Amino acid sequence: MTVASGPAALAPVGLREGRGRVARYASRPGLVLAGAFLALVCVAAAWPGLLASQAPNAINPAYALQNPGAAHLLGTDQLGRDSFARLVYGARYSLSLGLASTALAGLAGAGWGLIAALGGKVADEVSMRLADIFMSFPSILLALLVVAVLGPGPRNVTVAIAVSLAPGFARVVRVQGLVVKNSEYVTAATALGLRRRTVIARHIAPNVLSPLAVLVTMNVGASIIAGASLSFLGLGVQPPASEWGAMLAQSRDYLQNDWALAVFPGLAITLTVISIGVLGRELQARFEGRTAS
Amino acid sequence: MIARHPLASWLLRRLLLGIVVLWGAATLAFIALHLLPGDPARLIAGAESETSPAVIAHIRAEYGFSRPVLVQYGIFLAGLARGRLGTSYQLGQPVSAAIGGQLWSTASLALGAAVIGLVLAFALAVTTAGRPRLRAVTSTFELVCISTPSFWVGIMLLTAFSFRLHLFPVIGNSGISSLVLPWITLALPIAGVLGLVMREGMERALDQPFALTVRARGATEHRLRLRHAVRHSLLPVLTLSGWSLSQLLGGVVVVETVFARQGIGELVVNAVSGRDFPVVTGVVLLTTLVLVVINIVVDLLYRVVDPRLRAVRP
Repeated sequence: MTVASGPAALAPVGLREGRGRVARYASRPGLVLAGAFLALVCVAAAWPGLLASQAPNAINPAYALQNPGAAHLLGTDQLGRDSFARLVYGARYSLSLGLASTALAGLAGAGWGLIAALGGKVADEVSMRLADIFMSFPSILLALLVVAVLGPGPRNVTVAIAVSLAPGFARVVRVQGLVVKNSEYVTAATALGLRRRTVIARHIAPNVLSPLAVLVTMNVGASIIAGASLSFLGLGVQPPASEWGAMLAQSRDYLQNDWALAVFPGLAITLTVISIGVLGRELQARFEGRTAS
Repeated sequence: MIARHPLASWLLRRLLLGIVVLWGAATLAFIALHLLPGDPARLIAGAESETSPAVIAHIRAEYGFSRPVLVQYGIFLAGLARGRLGTSYQLGQPVSAAIGGQLWSTASLALGAAVIGLVLAFALAVTTAGRPRLRAVTSTFELVCISTPSFWVGIMLLTAFSFRLHLFPVIGNSGISSLVLPWITLALPIAGVLGLVMREGMERALDQPFALTVRARGATEHRLRLRHAVRHSLLPVLTLSGWSLSQLLGGVVVVETVFARQGIGELVVNAVSGRDFPVVTGVVLLTTLVLVVINIVVDLLYRVVDPRLRAVRP
């Protein structure tokens, strides 16, 4: 993740004309596909009943470990549960884990970074050295440390992932905050006699937080992977909930007989994360005032 | 006495800084353990509720939980300085022995994966640099590599090569053949990202006047790339080495679980689910130590790769 700074980072967002929009998107099928797939995942997360007719936890041992077919689109698992239904209902866990942890990290990182940028020398030094220590660990290990303290479970895993992301966000916010703090419009606002609180709320915060929004979007994918990894390790969402990582953990025992069990949850995670990556890159490119090639 | 040679004094400063980082990590772990609600002795004893009062009393005595927190902190740090990490109550052995026993297994996994990742990235960069049509291919490869969870890659490799083709053993720690699939699983995400930055570094180098000079001297394209442009492409790789290492050490945790290998990753996952805090602290400190050492080595390597940096004080 590069830290955007300087004039490019301050360029206005989304000032482009609407002409030829359809043609522009038609020439970039990757972007359209990514958007469509993400929309599908969101529908699955919000209204799973629309996509899957069967219940995700309905056990039917007579039809255990079936291959994909007409009756069961993606086959069934060791208890005869419909894999497609489980996959659709699982979207909710993966998506909410990814979104909640990045949002939490974004909030914490914004506060952390703003304190560093605006709080004076001591606050800056202390909070950034703290960020250095946090960032010196591999993020999964930091998340594991938090889970060791708080205990397993989806809520604690969300916090754990947020803790591992927040210091990186804080650094970006701090750099951006320093750039904005010394910009002419902030000097002008201060010279006009606005109160410090107003200057921060009206002029500094919005300009600091919009690049953060791009960064947060880019990291939703990484948090989905982190959440799925922790669930895969048995520390996050617990079975029988059909979280994608937990589904993959279960599939390990049946690799010999049933390839479908292991293929589709992984494919779902990968496609979701790729789609978020494609959209995130587009967002970043627009934000930096150029079109992605 | 402070060394007079600039490099020596730089090294001394870096070592001191490394000790500060280690101290920070140890303090973080200490605070985490003491911020917890409830009895830390019971927590260290593990999740099992049937732990006998004698064990609890023993832990309390060993950790000195009845003393003031600052005294406990001092004892904790003094123990660490002497290399004592405490005892794992889940495993019933000293943490250093538990970690030491798994060190080689994990190190061979991580080192092999790093080598394979670098070689793949290098091949990707040398073959695709300066060929604009392949740009989309490499950047897609990178996106796919970083977007695919490594545990799924591992499971897919197992399905294909162990269960279908029977080329590699399914699980275990037996020799090279059991390492191939874990190596590839760990190497792919690193290869994707490093391949992209190496490629960009090489393209920048090929645009520079010196590339023209080399070509004018009649050198072949291969010679230009392998002898002259490579060094330039290595600099961004060094910059990303901290990231790669984190990726590797984090990946080890997941990959060891997928392939049911014994190692530090498996040790820490078990410790986390059993809340075996001394082991978690030990692994955290070991990781910090490795990262500190590697970062110093990388900063020294900058000077080897780019002689221009030798002139400046590091």
